Amino acid sequence: MRTMSFTQAADDALAQAMADDPRIVLFGEDVPTLRRDLLVRFGPRRVRGAPISESAFVGAGIAAAMSGLRPVVEVYMVDFLGVCTDALLNHAAKLETFSGGKWTAPVVVRAPCGGGYGDGGQHEQSLWGWLAHIPGLTVLVPSTPADAGGLMLAALQHDGPVVFLEHKLLSETWLEFLGSGARSTVKFDVPAEGTRGEVPKRWEPLPIGNAVRRRTGEDAVVASVGVGVHRAVEAAQILDAEGISTAVLDLRSVSPLDKAAVCEAVSETGRLVVVDEDYEGFGLSGELSAVVLEAGIPCTYARVCTQTTIPYARQMEQQVLPNTQRICASVRQLME
Amino acid sequence: MPLEPWLLYEIMLRSRLFEEAIAGLWHEGLISGEMHLGTGEEAVVAGVVSQLRDGDAMALDHRGTAALLMRGVDPVALLRELLGLPDGLCGGMGGHMHLFSKEYLAASSGIVGAAGPTAAGFALSAQYLRPGAISVAFFGEGAMNQGMLMESMNLASAWSLPVLFVCKDDGWAIATQTDGTTGGDLDERARGLGVPAADVDGLEVSAVWEAAASAIERARAGLGPSFIRARCVHLEAHFLGFQLTKAARHPLREMPKVAGPITRSLLRSSGAAVRDRVEGVRAILAAANAAQRDPRRDSANDPIVRARAALQSDPARLEDLEDRVGREVGDACASALEGVSA
Repeated sequence: MRTMSFTQAADDALAQAMADDPRIVLFGEDVPTLRRDLLVRFGPRRVRGAPISESAFVGAGIAAAMSGLRPVVEVYMVDFLGVCTDALLNHAAKLETFSGGKWTAPVVVRAPCGGGYGDGGQHEQSLWGWLAHIPGLTVLVPSTPADAGGLMLAALQHDGPVVFLEHKLLSETWLEFLGSGARSTVKFDVPAEGTRGEVPKRWEPLPIGNAVRRRTGEDAVVASVGVGVHRAVEAAQILDAEGISTAVLDLRSVSPLDKAAVCEAVSETGRLVVVDEDYEGFGLSGELSAVVLEAGIPCTYARVCTQTTIPYARQMEQQVLPNTQRICASVRQLME
Repeated sequence: MPLEPWLLYEIMLRSRLFEEAIAGLWHEGLISGEMHLGTGEEAVVAGVVSQLRDGDAMALDHRGTAALLMRGVDPVALLRELLGLPDGLCGGMGGHMHLFSKEYLAASSGIVGAAGPTAAGFALSAQYLRPGAISVAFFGEGAMNQGMLMESMNLASAWSLPVLFVCKDDGWAIATQTDGTTGGDLDERARGLGVPAADVDGLEVSAVWEAAASAIERARAGLGPSFIRARCVHLEAHFLGFQLTKAARHPLREMPKVAGPITRSLLRSSGAAVRDRVEGVRAILAAANAAQRDPRRDSANDPIVRARAALQSDPARLEDLEDRVGREVGDACASALEGVSA
């Protein structure tokens, strides 16, 4: 076993795939700087920088995927997908259906997401629910280095468009680039388990749409993705001391959603808490409640989500993003 | 409105000292997240903003602090916003990339190119509600590759909107040299959309002022938008703590962190042919060399130094002005930091 940091793992799996498959090309804003290790190994023909023109280069990535390449297109932050929503919403997501199932766009759109480092509400969003709302898009949100690499490889082998979201709090490179700027004077609540961990010697693709239990428990299950998984595990440890046994389910993929795993976990505990760093309304948390209701599983339910635009001020930001205290309070409330 | 070199130097100097104080607070960890300073583009901002009047609007990018300060926004409110305090300009909700002043019709955005549509909309409402008023869009040359900005220039041209499109061109789009990702000539692009273009030395405040004066006159007269491309140098590159800037300043400390992983990756057996790998290394060295030949090191590229040089015939007045501005900024910082602990 080797250990790697989160982004290192995603890049390592990408490098393995690039070595095996010459159709994989990589482009986006500042990519030669951000992926310089890949640049020197695979050359500037396969690792190239793009102008700040998301509509053009994400749209072009989709069509390049339609015509034989397997592009990995990077945008600086998931927030900036707002600029080129059309390419994803009306083109990448529609192609397979419009072509009667005869044509797909195997493109990976890679974007950092998430908050917790004081960059404000236009640069810290999660948006996976917003993306997963669109049929035809696969939306992956890894929470550990092993999953980052395994899901990256799965995304590269998938036949349709995949949005691969990399939480900035888990990525030491993104956190240094955007959060600290190499300052030692700022601190972030970084979940250690997610930032560095064991990874396989050779990457194998993880199945897409398979949730995993990070923790077992009998009283309640907390379902989440990304940093929320680590916050939930931390909350579960606190609740343990109070005699409340809490399971944690890491969905890993927002679309497709592992409905069977959710239903199974909820059946066992009868209590579901959804922790979602994305917005509360019309998103993943509501979707999970619908999944359980549709399956006719009796349970009580609570959610800990981001309800408003994320404030810039660190103290307010900490309250708005799901935190351990809020998760504990929600589980306790269901236990009453 | 005549050109007033003393006034222009004063607002530029105030902005510089103010942003240097911001950099200090950021390094101390009192300001969170990214920090994009406008140090180096003061002449561009001052040359335009000094000519605005009541009813005029500003669409700002992620580097909007200088423009707001020069427009008259309270420096203490600005600083307290950056410190994330509830009595900051935006209640601590926005931070430096998302600064808003309804009073001055000034809106910022961290989305590259977003100043285009915003300025067009401000100008549209001016046509109905504030005849003779104009709007200004500030953006970098990287934004010139963003569709929404090009669409806005066309819209402003087609509707004769009173917009001044101001491109602060430092040659770098985030961390990529713009000439490698930009086709054609930016002035010709504007002209192709029916927007008159002026290419000026953005380090020379009088040059910016002159170009802005005629563009603003044209807009106020209802003759439509103009484009000013002002070349400048960002003294702190894209943002504070930027790796290329640090590597240029402290090569021995910073380069090994980058060089180790690059070398290991370069030597991996599978991958591109040697020729392509060498091209990759060459691209990285070119970026590092560009950083080494850092124009920031040459004080001739500092607009404050240039503006000051024109005023040296009256050293006593200069000293008075600098003392006063220094005191003002110091007082504003002290006042903003009241009750703040490190």
